[in-house]
Amino acid sequence: MRIAGRRVPMAFSLLVWFALWEVIGRAELVFLIPPFTGVLVAIGDVATSERFADAAMVTLQAFGIGMGLALTVGIGAGFLMGRVRAFGDVLGMWANIFESSPLTAIVPAMMALVGFGLPTMVITVFLFSVWVIALDTQVGVTHVSQSLLEMGRSFGASRRQVLLKIVLLAALPEILAGIRLGLIRGVKGVIIGQLLIAIVGIGYLFERYSRSFLMAEFWALLILVFAFAFAASEAIAYFERKVAFYATTR
Amino acid sequence: MTDAKAATDATAAPGPPVGADEPAVRVVELTKDYPGGVRALEGVTFDVPAGQLTTLIGPSGCGKTTTLKIVAGLIPATAGQVIVDGRRVTGPGPERAFVFQDFALLPWANVLRNVAFGLELRGVPRAEREATAREFIAKTNLTGFEHHYPHQLSGGMRQRVGLARALAVDADILLMDEPFASVDEQIRRAFQEDLLRLLSDARKTVMFVTHSIEEAVYVSDQIVILTRGPGRVSNAVRPEIARDGSPDEIRRSRGYLDAVEEIWGELRSYVEQDMQAPQQTGVAS
Repeated sequence: MRIAGRRVPMAFSLLVWFALWEVIGRAELVFLIPPFTGVLVAIGDVATSERFADAAMVTLQAFGIGMGLALTVGIGAGFLMGRVRAFGDVLGMWANIFESSPLTAIVPAMMALVGFGLPTMVITVFLFSVWVIALDTQVGVTHVSQSLLEMGRSFGASRRQVLLKIVLLAALPEILAGIRLGLIRGVKGVIIGQLLIAIVGIGYLFERYSRSFLMAEFWALLILVFAFAFAASEAIAYFERKVAFYATTR
Repeated sequence: MTDAKAATDATAAPGPPVGADEPAVRVVELTKDYPGGVRALEGVTFDVPAGQLTTLIGPSGCGKTTTLKIVAGLIPATAGQVIVDGRRVTGPGPERAFVFQDFALLPWANVLRNVAFGLELRGVPRAEREATAREFIAKTNLTGFEHHYPHQLSGGMRQRVGLARALAVDADILLMDEPFASVDEQIRRAFQEDLLRLLSDARKTVMFVTHSIEEAVYVSDQIVILTRGPGRVSNAVRPEIARDGSPDEIRRSRGYLDAVEEIWGELRSYVEQDMQAPQQTGVAS
């Protein structure tokens, strides 16, 4: 970013917004927006509280299990969809429908089926993230260069070798993009699930803070969740950059 | 040409020279139909003598590449067969190695791993396969680029990686699909020299697809001319060129010029067709 011809780090724009936030907060225009400095203090308070530690444990557990399932099923299904035409035709349609459907609506129904506990949260995370992972994997696998596949076969590669040494690596840029998007959706999924269940995890904390008008704590929690999602997606983006050198030249 | 057999008999050129060994590859009555009823090849028959370089040449859409890929075992024939070392081809085999028009290098692997990839697939231990790879990297003048990635190399260098990879598996038969098509003319000539030098050392049998008549005549012991719609063998030419001269002497020699003229005579009608109806070119060769 450049301002008046001088290079300014991108983080500078955040500072501007934080300053604006602080001004609005100090002016006490809206009770929903406390001063930013208050939120910063609250981040420390919230992050060190036992309640947050418990909520984070419950949430991370659900997120971890849900993402694990979504990665296994999503990448597996994406491979099948990309390699076997029949699977691509049949599953691809469903994946596209679910990817673009308002899955939040399913959560209450799931509560009725499997209760208010871990299973509902896990299923929510899974349903939010699995489709984009499957679809991106499919795109990567379908677009593996035909001549690389022929090359593998002509040098005597077994089916397993073709999959592991050629298809998987050639599709890796798309698979990683799918994982990154899936992670972000998974974070959304676990929070939305908990908000709807309203008695567990981070979602319960959101409920509690907003019901008690603890707006500084509410914003602090939101920033913590955002930071987690951002860190997770940046971690994947790091690996994406590692494979970017060949993503454009395949 | 409906009378392909008669034409080939008239020149008496196809098949091994008298007294030669069993041909390395026999292509017998090969027919290939693509889905949708397009007949790419019909009754294609020719022999590839062992230790020699045979070129397939013809107008675009004549099935040169299709023929080569059937010989490689990459695609099945609809009818007819390919016999390599007395055995019928049903798939790829270790005695055949392919050099691809678009190089087909692993973009995530460096030169060393790409050259060693055929050996890696065969389960050759790392130290051993990298030693072999380094040997062929040196022979193809790529020393110093072992740790470069394909996108860091020029087209000519990439194809030398493809050639080194094919040589590294020590197959008796090299199948080359327009290997120099993506390389500019100066490098192409240097590459042809390199190829002839490498082959004269290694005694490989080579099947080479090209659309360049000059290239075909310059590198080949035998040139099989295919015509299209569907692809058939129209003729096979064995240029009579003394190979001991310099490249320029060869290109000015009687035998070289006669062979170019003969092939051009066979192919010119197709070029004229294409000029008149450019939208009606056949399927890609």
